[in-house]
Amino acid sequence: MKRTIITVVGKDTVGIIAKVCTYLAENQVNILDISQTIVQGYFNMMMIVDMSGATKEFGAISSELEQIGEAIGVHIKLQREDIFDKMHRI
Amino acid sequence: MINMFEVNETNKMIEKENLDVRTITLGISLLDCCDANLSEVNRKIYKKITTLAKDLVKTGKEIELEYGIPIVNKRISVTPIALVGGAACKSTEDFVQIAQTLDKAACEVGVNFIGGYSALVSKGMTEADQLLIRSIPKALSCTERVCSSVNVGSTKTGMNMDAIRLMGDIVLETAALTKEKDSLGCAKLVVFCNAPDDNPFMAGAFHGVTEADAVIHVGVSGPGVVKYALEQVRKESFEVLCETIKKTAFKITRVGQLVAQEASKRLGIPFGIIDLSLAPTPAVGDSVAEILQEIGLECVGAPGTTAALALLNDQVKKGGVMASSYVGGLSGAFIPVSEDQGMIDAAARGVLTLEKLEAMTCVCSVGLDMIAIPGDTPATTIAGIIADEAAIGMVNQKTTAVRIIPVIGKKVGETVEFGGLLGYAPIMPVNQMGCVEFVNRAGRIPAPIHSFKN
Repeated sequence: MKRTIITVVGKDTVGIIAKVCTYLAENQVNILDISQTIVQGYFNMMMIVDMSGATKEFGAISSELEQIGEAIGVHIKLQREDIFDKMHRI
Repeated sequence: MINMFEVNETNKMIEKENLDVRTITLGISLLDCCDANLSEVNRKIYKKITTLAKDLVKTGKEIELEYGIPIVNKRISVTPIALVGGAACKSTEDFVQIAQTLDKAACEVGVNFIGGYSALVSKGMTEADQLLIRSIPKALSCTERVCSSVNVGSTKTGMNMDAIRLMGDIVLETAALTKEKDSLGCAKLVVFCNAPDDNPFMAGAFHGVTEADAVIHVGVSGPGVVKYALEQVRKESFEVLCETIKKTAFKITRVGQLVAQEASKRLGIPFGIIDLSLAPTPAVGDSVAEILQEIGLECVGAPGTTAALALLNDQVKKGGVMASSYVGGLSGAFIPVSEDQGMIDAAARGVLTLEKLEAMTCVCSVGLDMIAIPGDTPATTIAGIIADEAAIGMVNQKTTAVRIIPVIGKKVGETVEFGGLLGYAPIMPVNQMGCVEFVNRAGRIPAPIHSFKN
């Protein structure tokens, strides 16, 4: 299983998690872990997801999430987990 | 499990501190393209490059997308062309045809540079080596993506002064043939001592004869990340300073290692080395000079610069070697003047001089790099500068190089604009005393005593 990290950063507003989660559910992306905080009005979320059953390609999901982010005024990024693992774990 | 703090740290490095993978370079051996018939050589070269590298750019972009890390350049290095074209090329024009083939192949697969229009002449020159070297000005002026390098010395062989003298002329001639573009041709020409076989960085990349048929090398970068990390430890001891650089270099190199492994797997081509260099760009906050200033210099070029650079270079290596089992290429801090905003500013202020840069090259990874000098500098003086730099490399058993641009029609005080990653530079003054009689002596400088280790 190749795990992927989704980060959502931006100004807090109603329904950010709902929108992202709905999109992931529609595309068969399984959420394994969510952590979220708000610092000085800024929304900061990290999700660990499993995309092995996803109905679309990585590139398509990445750009569609980006569009959803733009619509609600947050920055959404999709990255393979390895880059963080390699950098922060020996 | 990875936490939010770590994810944010990585993404901040990428988004705010210019962390990137500078290049994925595909090394391709062209030794099997040798033939006595020139058009056959050209056909084989074109076919081999466009077959092996057809997915290079696409794969680079896929990795970029999936990991969210910019991969700035995708490039190709090939076997030194003097070896490949030796049997077929009877004139400089013949070699230029091969340069054009390389250019066409690079264009076809979408890479921005192809390196290896090279000759290795550290001890002597064959007929083919001489022809290739003499064809460099024409080759660089009629192609767009071809990069050239000549290795004129090594610790084991000494220095080939005949080649160095010739390179003085060639650099000037290249400048003259590309004078409409501010002598840009010279930005694609590197004169080496102790050239590595596996360097992924342009313009000096070539695929050495000790390498496999095809191999993936990756060059990482990240001066901005080091600079930011050092901002957090101002006024701390040298121990803390060194620890911080090492940890940061480790993190940067691990990303390079990941990208290299992925590229190797997806392209089905073996992984060669990671070059863990701090390669600056003209972008604000992506400067090696700024790191040195963060370490405590008022301006790069001030007393203390060489020591600070020595420290930086060493700690980058110590952090980086832990992150990858195969480190190679040039690996260290680059100090190209025109590609580093801090260096440009210091040179424009007159604080950073050619002589100080020469001292700095004794302790960092490359040499006199991307330095613009007046276009009326004599060829013998350029040869003298090359000889000085090669001597530093030869005696200290390290790679040194000269990529100097005599800008035709420009004088000290003027500025030259190369554009893109090559940046811009003030024309720097050159010592006016001559070295004609020294450079005009025939033959070579013998290898230093400490090279006899057998």
